[in-house]
Formats: sequence, C-alpha cells, structure tokens
Amino acid sequence: METLISPLALLGRRSLAAFAAIGRVALFFLSTLSHMARPPFYFKELLQAIISIGYFSLPVVGLTAIFTGGALALQIYSGGARFNAEAVVPQIVAIGMVRELGPVLVGLMIAARVTSSVAAEIATMKVTEQIDALVTLSTDPMKYLTVPRVLAALITVPLLVALGDVVGIMGGFLVATERLGFNPAGYLQNTWDFLEALDIISSLVKGAVFGGISALMGCYYGMNSGRGAQGVGRATKSSVVAAAVLILAANFLLTQAFFTI
Amino acid sequence: MIELRNVHKAFGSKHVLRGIDLSVDQGRSLVIIGGSGTGKSVTLKCILGLIRPDAGEIIVGGEPVTTARSAKAREAFLARFGMLFQGAALFDSMPVWQNVAFRLMRGHLKRPKAEAREIAVAKLQRVGLGPDVADLYPAELSGGMQKRVGLARAIAADPEIIFFDEPTTGLDPIMAGVINELIREIVTEMGATAITITHDMTSVRAIADEVAMIHAGKVRWSGPIAKMDAATDPYLQQFITGSAEGPIETLR
Repeated sequence: METLISPLALLGRRSLAAFAAIGRVALFFLSTLSHMARPPFYFKELLQAIISIGYFSLPVVGLTAIFTGGALALQIYSGGARFNAEAVVPQIVAIGMVRELGPVLVGLMIAARVTSSVAAEIATMKVTEQIDALVTLSTDPMKYLTVPRVLAALITVPLLVALGDVVGIMGGFLVATERLGFNPAGYLQNTWDFLEALDIISSLVKGAVFGGISALMGCYYGMNSGRGAQGVGRATKSSVVAAAVLILAANFLLTQAFFTI
Repeated sequence: MIELRNVHKAFGSKHVLRGIDLSVDQGRSLVIIGGSGTGKSVTLKCILGLIRPDAGEIIVGGEPVTTARSAKAREAFLARFGMLFQGAALFDSMPVWQNVAFRLMRGHLKRPKAEAREIAVAKLQRVGLGPDVADLYPAELSGGMQKRVGLARAIAADPEIIFFDEPTTGLDPIMAGVINELIREIVTEMGATAITITHDMTSVRAIADEVAMIHAGKVRWSGPIAKMDAATDPYLQQFITGSAEGPIETLR
C-alpha cells in the first residue's frame, strides 16, 4: 500500500510546492510594484543598475545578434533555394530577428549575464547579513536593491533588444551582400518596406517583459537564498533556470497575443 | 527601556523561543549568553521587528513593537537602534566611510556629503582607525578592522540602543579584548542601552551590567554580573566553566 501511495504523495507535494512558489513569486512581483510607486527613491542606485545591466551588456548583445543574423541569412538562402525562394532572405531575416530571435536571444543573454550576477550579489549580501544590516540602517532592501534593478532592466532591455534587432539585420545584410550576391540597396529597401510597426512594437514589449523577468528572478532568488556558499550557488542556478524558462514561456504567450489575429 | 514578555517563536516544527522574559533599563548593558541555536539571535531580531514573534509582547521605550507599521514610523523606530553584526556585514560595494555614514546619507537623517564624511571619519577615529582607512574597501581590511568599522557604523547616528551580535567571534584574544574595551567605553560615554549576544565569557565580564542566560528557548538565569559567579544554577555554572559535564547536552 505504502509503495502505491508514495508516488502520488510525492506528486501532490511537488505540485503544492510549485503552486506555493508561483504564489511567492507573484507576491514578490506585486511588492516590487508597490515599492516602485512609493518613496524613497534611490536614483544613484538606479543609475548604477542602468550602467551595469544596460551599458555593460552591449558587447554580448551585439555579438549574439550579429552572428545570429548572419547564420539566419545563410539558412534562409539555402532553405529557400529548395523551392526557388532565395530572394526572400531580407524579409525573413528582418521578421525573424525583430519578432523572435532578437528579443529571445537578448532576453536569454540578459538572463545569463544579469540574472546570475544579481542573484549571486544579493544572495551573498543575504548570507553575510548585509540585508539585515540594511534594514537596521532604516533602508528597505526591496526599495534599495530590487526596485533599481527591476526598473533598470525594464528601461534598458527594450533598448538592447532594439539594438540587437538592428545589429542582427546588419549581420544578415553583411552575409547576404558579401557572400550571397545580394544588392545592398535592394536588401535594405526590402527590409524596410517589409517590416510593420507591430513587429517593432512587439519586439520592444517582449524586451521589457524579458528584462523585468530577468531582474525580478535574480532579486527573488537572491533574497530567498539559503545559507552558505551552497545557498548562494543554488540561488544563482535556480534564478537563471527560472528566468530562462519564464522568458521562453512569456515569449510564446506574447507572440500568441500579438500575432494570432 | 526594553522589555520582552513571554515571547514565543517557532520556525515550522522548530520551536526556538518558548516564552522569553527579559528586561533592560535605560543606559544598562545586558549580555545574553547561551549555546549555539538557543534563540539568542532570534531574540534580537524580534526586538528589531525583523522577525514577528508568534506570541508575547515586546516593548521598546514604552511602546509595543509591531512589524506592521507605516514606512515612516518604522524608519523612526529603527533610527533609535545601532547594530554590530557578527561578520560586521559591511557593504562591500562601497568604501569604508560610506559604510559608516550610510544612515547619514539617506532618509530623514540625510546631510551634505562633506559633513557625512566628516562624521564618519570622526567615528572611525573613535574606534581607533585613522582617516587613511576611510577610502579603503571592506575587503581590504582585516577581520578586526572590519569589526571596528562595523562598530563605527553602529554608532554613527548616535543611537539610543545598540545591539552587538557576537562582537569577539573570530578575533584573536588581544583584538577581542580591544573590541570589548571599546564597546564598554562607547556604551558608557553615549549613555546607550546595550544588548550583547556572546558565548565568550571574557566578553561577558568586560561588557555586562546584567547577564541573562538563554537555554532551550527560555531565560534560564538572569541577574547582575556581580551575582553570576555565585549563582547555583547548574546550567549557568556549566556554561561559565565551559565544562563538558553537566545538564546541558553535548554532542561528542
């Protein structure tokens, strides 16, 4: 009897734990929003977060986008050749980068770069009692640590995505004109004519959502870190996994919301 | 000044505090002793409102401590406290003087940067550190120096109440003696009420006016330091003498 019930019990326990985690993250998100709206505001910390999240992510975003755009152009050219549609390279690169690959890859790079460092930093602060010290110094850790990072991600990640879109299209452009014999002016004209406002809006909205998820997960797992070096390691790992999965899930939902009608 | 009445706190099935009764008068120095995991730190965190007790009452300066209050009231409440953490808990992202002046650069105690720095340097001097330390980062300091900076930060805004969480843990005996002396001097000259957690008996004798021993979530013995050695409580005696034989269970 015992062996029959225990898998069920395990399933139940896991499900309850999962729902509890979703609830805690949701509460953390709401608490962040409410702290965002009420003073005091820490502008210096916001500026620092904008620089570390936005500015220092520029190289990795640029590199990711240019290689992806280039590879995309090659793939579409060779794939398109199977039904004599090589000419669609500019259009598909544009739509693929702007709607999908730009935001998702930038989001995942931010999850790798920002979520991990935010989680590790805050978890270390928690483990070394720096978070408690903040509280005793009359400073709310949510306002001082979480709000600046989440706000900075909401502001800068859409800009990074916009940059990633442009660089990705440039990557496709370079490969198409240098290797595949496309006419440069024609390539750009095709790209420009093909893109619609909704493509770009969806790209930026995705960027903001993915940025928010990345910073929020880093802060949440950091603040709830376990003890010791192992606690910090586990918090960092969980934050990146959670951010990446949530970004991909949110990407599906947003794509559905924007483009199924 | 500070009073705890029948305070209980459990974490899940772990019942840490089982009815703590404690009180400290204004300007007195209470030292709480007890083994690891007996609820000393939890007691301090309850007083600060970092942890909400399950039952019981905590009164600071005549007013009950509750965790649910407006942000402003909470800031004013916490402004009365200074705390020295076990590992110093300095913010490693900022230089020493900004750590010390943290409270003077934000919130309602905010003042011009130059003035905040001046106060920080003065407080550093009070704990025996020269102005050259002010621009270093915490990671560049030794453990003893970090403790001193932590002490300077705790007293930076002239609090009425100061908490010391294991102030001598991890220090060599001479540095521990220096820190004990500093704590004693500073508490006396500021007229502050102090609560110290420790299991270092040298520290107890140097700092305490009153002593309370916590065991198994309750206050086992409390009284003035002068009466401690004569007390007959077997738990207290075992702790003072550091004997492996006695009522307190030890793991071997």
